[in-house]
Amino acid sequence: MSEHAAHAEEHFAGSNRLFISIWVWLLVLTLLEIFLAYRPMALHFMLTILLGLSLIKAALIMAYFMHLKFERLSLILTLIPALVVCILLLLVFFPDSFRSSGLRYQYKEAPPVAPPPVEEP
Amino acid sequence: MSTEARAGTFPAVDWEGGAFPYRVGHRKLGMWLFIVSDSLTFSALLIGYSYLRASNVWPTPFPFYPSIVFSSVMTFCLLSSSLTMVFGVSASSKGDKAKARKWILLTIVFGVAFIVLHLIEWQHLIHDGLQPFYLPEHWVQAFTENGVPPTPLFGATFFAITGLHMFHVATGAIYLSVIAGRIKKLKHEDVEISGLYWHFVDLVWMFVFPLIYIMSVDMGGRLGH
Repeated sequence: MSEHAAHAEEHFAGSNRLFISIWVWLLVLTLLEIFLAYRPMALHFMLTILLGLSLIKAALIMAYFMHLKFERLSLILTLIPALVVCILLLLVFFPDSFRSSGLRYQYKEAPPVAPPPVEEP
Repeated sequence: MSTEARAGTFPAVDWEGGAFPYRVGHRKLGMWLFIVSDSLTFSALLIGYSYLRASNVWPTPFPFYPSIVFSSVMTFCLLSSSLTMVFGVSASSKGDKAKARKWILLTIVFGVAFIVLHLIEWQHLIHDGLQPFYLPEHWVQAFTENGVPPTPLFGATFFAITGLHMFHVATGAIYLSVIAGRIKKLKHEDVEISGLYWHFVDLVWMFVFPLIYIMSVDMGGRLGH
């Protein structure tokens, strides 16, 4: 029992300086995303870069803040591939959105809009 | 007692009880499994939102001020809250419960700041006339493409995704306040587990912020901002 208690109380790997540097990187990547928001570029290009940056930020948080980098490999292999496979399954239907965009009803006039909110005195 | 004494010696008996196969204990494993399942919930919502965006005319109404400024400050609040949480868990691992409590309280402050700013953001949009299934009149005029008006589902996806995330932040703040209050009676593992949940909340925002806010920036100034 004592060896397991020792495992639970072991020093949280990673110094404060490491955590602060990860935090700085996360802020830098966020500022990069905001900067890119205002650069004109093709939609799929923008989306790829944004998702790539988000994945890097997510990986940094999971590895260092959530301590996953220092856990046993079996935990990582149990959690991550299952998550990736399920997300890929969700994405399987994505190309259908391009087909259905061509099926949109072409309105002759705009559909009704909600009445303006009543101003409270 | 004897199985636990043998546990370190035979790898094959990892699953016969008294051992820690992932070396994390059942409560932490439970939290990790919950995080994986909740990630799938948010993935499903975000991918559904992406599907709608790809198959419809979609308004991109967010002005730099207040929307992008507010959401950037909110991102800063959540990232800083993750940092303070990590400091708190680190202090707890060294046995310094008083310091850990202070860091956790600071984490809660950042989380509440996030919620307050987010609610103000919602207020701006609702005041503009955005509802879950209706767009404001001036948005419909500004974003009609080739005679096809923008889909009214912008509000539904925006409020659903950001609302669910805000609910997670609020629940996390309550959870953390319970941990901070009872920290003297809790083990270090419990503080670590609450830290995992909080980092998960931050992680989701790392995806929600670019996909919902950055992708809907009002680039051409079509709303006259």
